[in-house]
Amino acid sequence: MTTEELAKMANTIRQDIIKMLVEAGSGHSAGPLGMADVFTAMYFVVLKHDPKNPDWPERDRLILSNGHIVPVRYATMARAGYFPVQELMTLRKFGSRLQGHPERLRLPGLETTSGPLGSGLSQAAGIAKAWQIDGIKNRRVYCLISDGEQDEGNTWEAAMFAAKYKLANLTAITDRNNIQIDGPTEQVMPLEDLRAKWEAFGWHVIEIDGHNFTQIIDACNFARTIENKPVMIIAHTIPGKGVDFMEYDFHWHGKPPNPEQAKEALRELRTLGGRIRSEHQ
Amino acid sequence: MNLLNPKLYKKDVEQEPIRAGFGRGLVAAGRNNNQVVALCADLTESTHMEDFAKEFPERFIEIGVAEQNLVTVAAGMSLAGKIPFVSSYAAFSPGRNWEQIRTTICINEANVKIAGSHAGVSVGPVMRVLPNMRVIVPCDSIEAEKATVALAASEGAAYIRLAREKTPVVTTSDTPFTLGKAQVLREGADLTMIACGPMVYQMLVAAEKLSADGIEAEVINCATVKPLDHATILASVRKTRAVMTAEEAQAAGGLGGAIAELLGEHEPLALARVGMQDHFGESGDPNELLEHFKLTAPHIAARARKLLK
Repeated sequence: MTTEELAKMANTIRQDIIKMLVEAGSGHSAGPLGMADVFTAMYFVVLKHDPKNPDWPERDRLILSNGHIVPVRYATMARAGYFPVQELMTLRKFGSRLQGHPERLRLPGLETTSGPLGSGLSQAAGIAKAWQIDGIKNRRVYCLISDGEQDEGNTWEAAMFAAKYKLANLTAITDRNNIQIDGPTEQVMPLEDLRAKWEAFGWHVIEIDGHNFTQIIDACNFARTIENKPVMIIAHTIPGKGVDFMEYDFHWHGKPPNPEQAKEALRELRTLGGRIRSEHQ
Repeated sequence: MNLLNPKLYKKDVEQEPIRAGFGRGLVAAGRNNNQVVALCADLTESTHMEDFAKEFPERFIEIGVAEQNLVTVAAGMSLAGKIPFVSSYAAFSPGRNWEQIRTTICINEANVKIAGSHAGVSVGPVMRVLPNMRVIVPCDSIEAEKATVALAASEGAAYIRLAREKTPVVTTSDTPFTLGKAQVLREGADLTMIACGPMVYQMLVAAEKLSADGIEAEVINCATVKPLDHATILASVRKTRAVMTAEEAQAAGGLGGAIAELLGEHEPLALARVGMQDHFGESGDPNELLEHFKLTAPHIAARARKLLK
């Protein structure tokens, strides 16, 4: 896919997210919108996977640690061909495969169950370690974690473990959007100097603009060349990206738009979508 | 077939820590299946993982003092096809990492086996309330070895609770063991005594004392606390009409709690529960503590006589 096509896909996914959230009447807005570009790059370029065969043993694994942003994963999976786009409207409804927080056995392709923060990186490292024991080198484990969940000690236990066992087949991506439920991360529990922390824990760190497809894809490709170390990509993102009244506002972490707000958000996103071609010419 | 150690009621009955049987079982499971891996949180020797670590160094993973990571790494390894056993002291695992076990093992349906050693009188029954989690409490080292081998071959999560102290050997290598089955170790018509872990020995000795007084107690080894073997237990209590339970952990929510729930729904009967009664443990010689908390055979026999009055 070209960068222009990726940008258009991410814009479509953002519209899906708004429609899903307003239909569900609950859920998280800021994180899913902020990570739409990373998810698009992962599913349409980076990952080795087969949407028609989600259990293909040789697939790369994408572990989502901060399960509350799963609407962006559902929307991206639907657009990638895992299941019909119409099913997105069942999010959080009784009997739906699209649980409010992802459950591995409900929907093929989710890889893990998550919600409680801080334990995705350990599971990703466990998969990476199992493959190391088996000498498997043609697959990678990717783990998406939020910045706020790095308050959890479990995250740093995983960081030490992955460095100790030199899990070079593991690439983590931090959604560095600087917000969490109670406010800005640097007020709730300061994380900086985040890059220095991960480097001190023995990881190779790459910092990127999480809305720049070239940077996302290059960073993932570069990570493959790092030997003997896991890689942390710190992706600087804008929470609520694409919807002006949601951007940078921590109040949108954990709530959905109401129907009026959704209408406005979709209008903005359609306008942005219309501009993508001109930006790429 | 002789279910019981011939020296059971003798003073020189063999004694061995239950955790030692776990260590032997783990090595056997590792030999049976090369997908078995062992993870430990800086307690390799005392949870008896050291023999596995020596024989299969590439399949032994030292996690350090990080129990949350212990179970979540194991969950990940199981998703990649491994059969992980994790061990620590029960106070830390599952004590500290209960939420991670709930989410990444139980809801995730990961095939992880959790060994909680040094469970003793301090650590309560926190695992029985988790869907998709089985709870196994072996009565001696021989049963622990069989249970470990059986768990490795049985898909799904499980918790195996192990005592630190030397415990009298109750069973023999010939005693059958089946996950999910309670076993009548001694038959009797006057009272059903149901126990798990080291309390099985104490109950058998109590039954022997009661027999001298003309009270014949049926003693059931309920090594699988969850899922509970309803059929074996109900058949016994319908015969005897009086029930006692014994465990070294908190009676509330543990085996005693499970039996109370079963009786309440299916066969309401008088019940006496021996176990920790809403107290924490404390320092002291283990036998002193068992005596202090009334967890020894003479106390159990006295409770039985009171129940039958």
